[in-house]
Amino acid sequence: MAVHDPTERAVINGLQGDFPLTHEPFTDAGAQLGLSAGEIIETVSRLLSAGAISRFGPLWNAEGLNGEVYLCAMAVPRERFDAVAEQVNAHPEIAHNYERTHALNMWFVVSADRPGRIDEVVAEIESETGLPVYCMPKRREFFVGFRVEV
Amino acid sequence: MLDSLDRRIIAATQTGLPLVAHPYRAVADLVGTDEVVVIARLKRLLGQGAIRRIGVIPNHYALGYVANGMSVWDIDDEAVAELGPRIGALDFVTHCYERPRHLPLWRYNVFAMVHGRSRAEANEKVAEIARLVGPTARAHEVLFSTRILKKTGLRIAA
Repeated sequence: MAVHDPTERAVINGLQGDFPLTHEPFTDAGAQLGLSAGEIIETVSRLLSAGAISRFGPLWNAEGLNGEVYLCAMAVPRERFDAVAEQVNAHPEIAHNYERTHALNMWFVVSADRPGRIDEVVAEIESETGLPVYCMPKRREFFVGFRVEV
Repeated sequence: MLDSLDRRIIAATQTGLPLVAHPYRAVADLVGTDEVVVIARLKRLLGQGAIRRIGVIPNHYALGYVANGMSVWDIDDEAVAELGPRIGALDFVTHCYERPRHLPLWRYNVFAMVHGRSRAEANEKVAEIARLVGPTARAHEVLFSTRILKKTGLRIAA
């Protein structure tokens, strides 16, 4: 989807972070973008309905919320791929699961808020599928952030 | 550490902030506290890193960033501390992590997610990382996602 409207562009490019934590944040954010609070609210609603933005608000960091998060990968035989995806996805602890171009062709994120729960989920998946799960918890994070330009 | 008010605030905002002139007051009404308390809590959570940022969360796919490439690098363990932050600082890298290897199947220890409007564009960005890391990276690959099998948001119970 191409974004041509200058107000929409200003909101997407200018509001990907630092939304003010103030009494009238839309007014304060608008002052920097040259827009009124009403214009921002209306534009954000329109972008949400159009699906150009998926959310407006805080981006929560699962790891910052006491939770544990693992990236895991499996090498799934082609003919069993969809069935294994279903077995993996059936666990509520799996938030994201992607098919990727590699011998390790299934990559998913397991998160849990109780210590030890991730290991249990991984063991369950291994026993349900009969396939090894390779766990790749993060050791260090080098994160600065990403801004989409439209 | 999160207390029950933090969790109520998370639950009330995980699908987004109310689009009204005083969104924090609206959240305060929902969780049964005052606007100043909500603002103070959000400031603390932002400072702790529990909130990465507040604002528009773009839908990369809808905006044309359809090529989601996970570039993976086999980098000398000693060099990761120096190179990781430099890779993470590139403006097209969304996340950069050090993770364990699983030899012999998986030799890569540094992961950097890049997004592009096409695989060619994503590959150009990976080439930029390759120039940055130079021979310190013994090998690298890009794994593109070919299908989203599941995608749900964070779920936090109040």
